Amino acid sequence: MIELDGAGRSFKVRRRVVHAVRDLSFTVSPGEFVGYLGPNGAGKSTTIKMLCGILTPTSGRVRVAGLDPSRRRTTLARRIGVVFGQRTTLWWDLPLTDSFELIRHLYKVDRATFRSRLDELAETLDLGTFMRTPVRQLSLGQRMRGDLTAALLHAPDVLVLDEPTIGLDVVSKASIRDFLRRLNAEQGTTVLLTTHDLGDIERLCRRVMLIDHGRLAFDGTLDDLMATAPEQSSLEEVVTRLYTGAAPAQ
Amino acid sequence: MVRTYFLLIWTWTRAAAAYPVSFTLMILFGIITSGLDVAVILVVFANTTTLAGFSRDEVLFLYGAASVSFAICDMFISNIDRVSQHIKAGTLDTILIRPVGAWIQLAADRFTPNRLGRVLQSAVVLGYAVGALDLDWRRAWMIPVMLVTGIVIFTAVWTLGGAMQFVLIDAPEISNALTYGSHQLNQYPLSIYARDLVKGVTYVLPLAFVNWQPGLYVLGRDDPFGTPEFLRFAGPVAALALALLAALAWRQGVRHYRSTGS
Ligand SMILES: Nc1ncnc2c1ncn2[C@@H]1O[C@H](COP(=O)(O)OP(=O)(O)OP(=O)(O)O)[C@@H](O)[C@H]1O
Ligand SMILES: [Mg+2]
Repeated sequence: MIELDGAGRSFKVRRRVVHAVRDLSFTVSPGEFVGYLGPNGAGKSTTIKMLCGILTPTSGRVRVAGLDPSRRRTTLARRIGVVFGQRTTLWWDLPLTDSFELIRHLYKVDRATFRSRLDELAETLDLGTFMRTPVRQLSLGQRMRGDLTAALLHAPDVLVLDEPTIGLDVVSKASIRDFLRRLNAEQGTTVLLTTHDLGDIERLCRRVMLIDHGRLAFDGTLDDLMATAPEQSSLEEVVTRLYTGAAPAQ
Repeated sequence: MVRTYFLLIWTWTRAAAAYPVSFTLMILFGIITSGLDVAVILVVFANTTTLAGFSRDEVLFLYGAASVSFAICDMFISNIDRVSQHIKAGTLDTILIRPVGAWIQLAADRFTPNRLGRVLQSAVVLGYAVGALDLDWRRAWMIPVMLVTGIVIFTAVWTLGGAMQFVLIDAPEISNALTYGSHQLNQYPLSIYARDLVKGVTYVLPLAFVNWQPGLYVLGRDDPFGTPEFLRFAGPVAALALALLAALAWRQGVRHYRSTGS
């Protein structure tokens, strides 16, 4: 479903070259739920932007749902859902309902399918009370639920999430986690999740990838990850050890 | 694509209609500011009967022709020049994840019909000039061709300006100079300018085809600069060439988009 082969992206910043991602290769199969971890500035968001075609890779090859994202961006858009926790993909001045209606047209979802999906999402994500509120007036948690709905209205095969639980309270977090788990289990949607909240990882991800300085530092199951540092007891300690540069097991 | 565009501007219009007072004020404001351009022309002709060889009504004809094309583009696609704002705010990322071209979405972004005032005012001036001039009606077919050519040229100029902002993120004024400057230039008969400048806007950036070259044909005038006759009809070709160039520049711009670090 997602395939990277030596993918890299660098930026020229005042004559210096910053390698945000370098020589990254991995494959995510349909139906997987993968956690994508890494310290600040590791290159997670850059990877995600390459996956949805926002950034053109400067080297290597990227394929999502069989398509080259940077060349077939608008075609791929129908098959991928994207949520940026840091910023909304909704229209700031429009009420949620109008945003959703616009998305229905942009993605050419037929009316009946749209209605049933929206009703289902609105119920599980509890949008009822703020459907008519302009996005700029929504609280962070409400907005995030709106964003998730928007990303799923066209029933994408892949869902890519960049810090979707940032700034949410424990209850909202739990409901979003629960929702994501069911989405993956019941609809078979492939999910790639970036987060700094290890609770998200522990509760949701069977597989974890960890990048550091733009390179893949670990790729395996959660148990494998724990096993890289048998003397540590919590995921937090294991990840801290990896982030602070101790040699990873792979 | 056209349907998507109209859907987007309709959505933005409804959002703008939430503030009806500012909406009406903006239309009035548009009529007044563009009315000033006409006032300048009238003041000039209060003291003279010709400007660089052209009568008042001929100048108004050239002004009206350029302004109708310009005002229509200003109303419908000018928001394409907000690329750098979208880059800085990070909203371009969210535009790029939609299954619709970025150009359409940016052109429609925050559409408000309040620039309608300018379109109406320009159309009135053009209509007046056409009525007042004793035109050869066998040449009138050129008028709609000229307007469409003008719309394509200004759209291309705006798109080039937008494409430049992918690189010149911190200098959006440069592309404004390009678009609004082009219009300023076309408001008067090109014969008031230096020969080299006119050569530039004929053979390099083909602004002369917005109103000047086809306008000379409609008015039945010879070019004071003595350019060959066939150029009167070359507008559509020049417009398409420029549009192609703009489309390529735009594509390159999007492909080289760097997003933001957060
Ligand atoms: N548009 C850009 N221009 C210049 N440098 C950039 C740009 N985008 C990212 N970078 C650099 O690339 C590196 C990786 O950034 P990225 O945003 O992918 O990190 P991240 O893993 O998402 O971090 P965080 O956890 O803080 O969100 C950083 O060093 C960043 O400064
Ligand atoms: Mg990030």
